[in-house]
Amino acid sequence: MTTTADPTTLEIGKARTRKEDARLITGRTKYTDSITPHGTLHISVVRSPLAHATITGVDKSAAEQAPGVIGVYTAADLGVEAVGLPCAWPITPDQKAPQRPLLAVKTVHFAGEGVAVVVARTVAEARDAADLVEIDYDPLEPVLDMEAAIAPGATLVHPELETNESATWVFDAGAAGTGGSVDEAIAAAEADADSVVVKRRFIQQRLIPAFMEPRSAVCDPSGEQITLWAATQVPHILRTMTTVTLGVPESKLRVIAPDVGGGFGGKIGVLPEEMLTVVLAQKLGKPIKWTETRSESLLAAHHGRDQIQDITITAKKDGTVTGLDVHLLADMGAYLGLVGPGVPILGAFMFNAIYKFPAYKFTCTNVFTTKTLTDAYRGAGRPEATFAVERIMDELAVELGRDPMELRQQNWIKHEEFPFTTVVGLTYDTGNYEQATDQAMETFDYAGLRREQEERRKNNDPVQLGIGISTFTEMCGLAPSRVLGSLAYGAGGWEAASIRMLATGKVEVITGASAHGQGHETAFSQIVADQLGVPFEDVEILHGDTQISPKGLDTYGSRSLVVGGIAIVKAAEKVIAKAKKLAAHLLEASEDDIEFSGGQFTVRGTDKGKAIQELAFAAFMAHDYPEDMEPSLDSDAVFDPENFSYPHGTHLAAIEIDTETGHVDLRKYVCVDDIGTVINPLIVEGQVHGGLAQGIAQALFEEANYDDQGTLVNGTFVDYTLPSAADLPNFDTATVSTPATSNPLGVKGVGEAGTIASTPAIVNGVIDALRHLGVTNVEMPCTSQRVWRAIQDAKGNATQETPIATHSPGAGLGSIDPNNPQGETE
Amino acid sequence: MIPSKFDYVKPASVADAITALVQGGDDAKILAGGQSLIPVLRLRLAAPSVIIDLGGIAELRGIREDGDHIVIGAMTPYHDIIRDDLVKEHVALLAQATATVADNQVRHRGTLGGSLAHADPAGDLGAVALALEAELVIASATGNRTVTAKDFFVDYFTTAIGEGEILTEIRFPKFTGWGSHYEKFNRTAQAWSMCAVAVAVKVSGGTISEARVGLTNMGTTPIRATGVEAALVGQPASADAIRAAAEHATEGTAAPSDADAAADYREHLAKVLTGRAVLAAAG
Repeated sequence: MTTTADPTTLEIGKARTRKEDARLITGRTKYTDSITPHGTLHISVVRSPLAHATITGVDKSAAEQAPGVIGVYTAADLGVEAVGLPCAWPITPDQKAPQRPLLAVKTVHFAGEGVAVVVARTVAEARDAADLVEIDYDPLEPVLDMEAAIAPGATLVHPELETNESATWVFDAGAAGTGGSVDEAIAAAEADADSVVVKRRFIQQRLIPAFMEPRSAVCDPSGEQITLWAATQVPHILRTMTTVTLGVPESKLRVIAPDVGGGFGGKIGVLPEEMLTVVLAQKLGKPIKWTETRSESLLAAHHGRDQIQDITITAKKDGTVTGLDVHLLADMGAYLGLVGPGVPILGAFMFNAIYKFPAYKFTCTNVFTTKTLTDAYRGAGRPEATFAVERIMDELAVELGRDPMELRQQNWIKHEEFPFTTVVGLTYDTGNYEQATDQAMETFDYAGLRREQEERRKNNDPVQLGIGISTFTEMCGLAPSRVLGSLAYGAGGWEAASIRMLATGKVEVITGASAHGQGHETAFSQIVADQLGVPFEDVEILHGDTQISPKGLDTYGSRSLVVGGIAIVKAAEKVIAKAKKLAAHLLEASEDDIEFSGGQFTVRGTDKGKAIQELAFAAFMAHDYPEDMEPSLDSDAVFDPENFSYPHGTHLAAIEIDTETGHVDLRKYVCVDDIGTVINPLIVEGQVHGGLAQGIAQALFEEANYDDQGTLVNGTFVDYTLPSAADLPNFDTATVSTPATSNPLGVKGVGEAGTIASTPAIVNGVIDALRHLGVTNVEMPCTSQRVWRAIQDAKGNATQETPIATHSPGAGLGSIDPNNPQGETE
Repeated sequence: MIPSKFDYVKPASVADAITALVQGGDDAKILAGGQSLIPVLRLRLAAPSVIIDLGGIAELRGIREDGDHIVIGAMTPYHDIIRDDLVKEHVALLAQATATVADNQVRHRGTLGGSLAHADPAGDLGAVALALEAELVIASATGNRTVTAKDFFVDYFTTAIGEGEILTEIRFPKFTGWGSHYEKFNRTAQAWSMCAVAVAVKVSGGTISEARVGLTNMGTTPIRATGVEAALVGQPASADAIRAAAEHATEGTAAPSDADAAADYREHLAKVLTGRAVLAAAG
């Protein structure tokens, strides 16, 4: 049952400004750090400046005597040495998973790991006292390089595991029966004069999610339920995992994610500091607050990406691809995050992308190092996959002397071939790569720019032009619970929703998908307004509090709309079914004769009818309702889709490179995304713009650098160079739509598209600009220095190695030396 | 992050500020806009016991003409300098370079005097003061003294300002009618300069008759590229001649190395950017 309202009044498709923005932009909302229950005590974590060391002594005496200090505690003092933080994704049955303690017990395993915690009356006093805690360390060898870490004789991060290899996960299409054996495809190609084999190594550098609101938690132990406020993407998972970790009964816990200022996957974890607030609140009987500093956030919040990718592609000389082999090393950091080990595995099903590879194999080894742990970061596995396949398609095009777009067209799934089951066994329901590509190429003026590129090359112009292509797809809407189960993921993927019809005709919608900046309140209100035929303004979206929204699996993996939004549709359908029954009763008509449209239930062929608001009131009054129904229109639904959704798009970048300085200028960026039905084009545009900025940042700007001692050397926003609007061009974005068939709205998800697609488009463009000069690769981020050195190398001019200065010999919390804030060496 | 505890005073006159500074001794720090000091305090990389905020001293803020000089109060914010007609007419290079500093928020808070006294070699305005032979007026309990920019910059974050002294004003000779340009190269649009070149040239009948060139972030202090200046004078304002002169840009430099740019790359940039800056200034 769906609405058939006048399409001109439909909310879906309207570019509504976001209803949550006024309170978010003016800062007049409550973030976790704004919440300070009476009597709150504050904590500050004393962190290790060393990557790998034995703790030989902790002297708390000076800190304990500092003003305002309530106590200073180590794991032993709190009796939590045996408590380990959860990892919910054992990718293999024998995955090696070290216990991650709330505070380091005997050994620190990465710079930034907590060793002690100070509790004080004010946050300033806690900070002051944290500086007074004296910890003695016996340094151990840091483990920094993944290949060295898994070589024989390597220093072990966790000696009790007897290896630095956490797990090796393999998907072999030949063995799975979903495709051919890649080993055979490579052997055949090597033996065939009419085939080529192209091998490349790509590096996914380490990135920092860098959400705007630092992480924060407040725990109030008074009351029957312990209340934990947290700046988290996953309030429901946090509640369950707090129970698993600390043994507090789930029914005794209330978790609230108030407004949350961004996450990008970075707030998907269960944090030692969150657990410390609970432990300390219970111990001291007082509310406890923790809010990290920006420096702590960059250092200790989980990082993203960090893979070495060895890719082999085979193809016939006519361009037809015949096989793809993927070997990954993925840096887990010092411990396994909540879903960290599964992040590269999410990419396993996406390396084949939009192409018809007949043979495929994916092998990933997860490796421990003495660095900050890695976990989900916008795209989580899929940006890495998309980068590798889109880069290798360009390399194959060069090898074969083909236009890279033409080669893609030759190999992609044609629109008439959908639904298409890929070499990994996923069924892409809909898509039209030709449509998105044609529109993007026309907007971009692909042919004109290729001509300009040719002229610049011919004239030896100091500014060279490159054209970067990325024709991407992704799997969105992390759901099918059975599929997640088959991957040994520690939860399902369903989402819950409830609709409450209030007596006055207003509507409360409860969703388990709690937003942290996405605009759920606006988009979900638009959906409900259309479904129930009520005004947009009459819909209220409630979320993020386990007392209000007891059931949910939260927000990540572009799942809110395609799973959570559909759960709301399913609940609305139940409301309408109940209202129809009540309407039939009140109108003295058969239920079969009741029509529903635009919020009105009418008797077919008459002008008799009831508005949904009238029915809500009638249900509330309950003076007159059918015998066989309860006096309520309220409804719940849980939705578990049967398939992922598969947004796709064509992204094109025109890159100008100043060959004299190496400066990379992104001159023009065009993308046409097929995300199915668009609920709110303004939100879509915002998601795409932000996603592009983040993906472009990986290509050109960002990298978390460690020195040879395992110290993060660019742990402030002075030197972890996030781009701003001033570094980016006006994006030319557009959408086309082949609606998804896996859900009733036809939506596909857009939260990660820009990030996944843009990185390879940029790097392909950079290399395309320089290819004729002999440059074959530039590592990310493609800084001016790297580009200049690549050009010099291609010319045969030797240049010196790029050094990484050690900026932060001190607490490991920043990079600015007051006497040397730029890190110059003399 | 939260700075360590400190006392805060906001004097209303230079005399009061000097008194507070003398009383504070080694542990006193001057706040002159705070765009570098506040982050250092927040990161707890410095912990002064007293902060003396010069923001309440009206006499330190403003721009005036004094004969053949333009005089700028040390506490004049970047934003005012960029928009000032006297500066634009007579010291255009200063306005151009100041406009490239960080972002709009920083330009409303940060001050010329604060930047010069901080003496970060990656800061943009030292090279301008040096190239334009600015004079810096320093006040103390015993009176004022004037130091040339050449003598002002001593080392990394070290200037000729002594104990109990405050920089009060900066005097720029007029460069009315000169061409000028500030060529800046950085990692992101609002980042510090990896390398930058400040140029003012006087061109008469197609020939460069006078030239001033200053380099940012090519040593422990701002550097005057005297070799380039000498090579430019008497040359035609042509691309070839300018490029040849720019080859002297690295003379006397000690380029630092960091993750953004190793020394050899900085040296290369200095030459390329010098050529571009002179060409733009002369054009």
